[in-house]
Amino acid sequence: MKKRNFMKMYQASIQITLKKGILDVQGKAVENALHAIEFPMLTNLRIGKHVELNVEAEDKEKANALVTDACNKLVANPIIEDFKINLTEV
Amino acid sequence: MKFGIVVFPGSNCDHDAYHATKKNAKQEAVFMWHKDTSIPSDIDCIILPGGFSYGDYLRCGAIARFSPIMNEVINFANKGGYVIGICNGFQTLTEAGLLPGTLLRNKSLNFVCADIHLKVMNNSNIFTSKLKTGDIIRIPIAHGEGNYFADDDSIAMLEDEKLIAFKYCTKVGEITDESNPNGSLNNIAGIMNKGRNILGMMPHPERYSDSQLGCNDGLKIFESIAHSLK
Repeated sequence: MKKRNFMKMYQASIQITLKKGILDVQGKAVENALHAIEFPMLTNLRIGKHVELNVEAEDKEKANALVTDACNKLVANPIIEDFKINLTEV
Repeated sequence: MKFGIVVFPGSNCDHDAYHATKKNAKQEAVFMWHKDTSIPSDIDCIILPGGFSYGDYLRCGAIARFSPIMNEVINFANKGGYVIGICNGFQTLTEAGLLPGTLLRNKSLNFVCADIHLKVMNNSNIFTSKLKTGDIIRIPIAHGEGNYFADDDSIAMLEDEKLIAFKYCTKVGEITDESNPNGSLNNIAGIMNKGRNILGMMPHPERYSDSQLGCNDGLKIFESIAHSLK
């Protein structure tokens, strides 16, 4: 009898940020604007990207491997960006 | 010799590159569609033109880098074929890993459209062979993400191995912070790979190749290529 693979669907929530040490000019501009109004106490503002996608895989580990590969190849630029993946089964 | 100009959805300097190579440099030139899966065998130099390929979505050049023709461009370049990426083309070359580093958002956050001066840092390559090291040329820029960044080791390697083709400079050739339009490390405006067969540059030589436009300093780059590959 043919073995069936039970695939599961996960939603990946990917958070992409510029690596530490890389000047985030957009973040800096927003921080300066906050300082110009009533928020001088807000510092270290960094702007990133949020990507959501669905991934079908046998288990969470395989889903994570697929999304990591996709991030390294296209979704993020590993030269300048870090990414964090959060998976939830849907 | 023959130039092949890749047309991506959103390219907008493809026709300028065609005019500069065909009409101004008087060479053969053809367009190549991004969905093509082969490159004509008689192409001597590929141009990845400026523009906003795929709307600059995600990151500039990131999606163009996976266009079908890019596999062939990478093969062509890895075999020693000559490739020049201008502006969005430069961004695509870094995304493809054919050149080190990447182009970040301009330090000013502004899209900068201006005439700038470039210092020729090296002329022992086909792209600047008709110029002299130290020459100053005037070329326009038009970009929002032209701030060249690479890690310290890559910058040292580019400097040591003389792979920086152009740096932003003043009218008289001083490389200063004031003459740096976008915050690029070491005022870098254009770099080559180790094989010196791939050039990426943010300024647009094709836009200053026709003397009717008031300056044709850019033509020297296409003439250098044509002269070297004739």
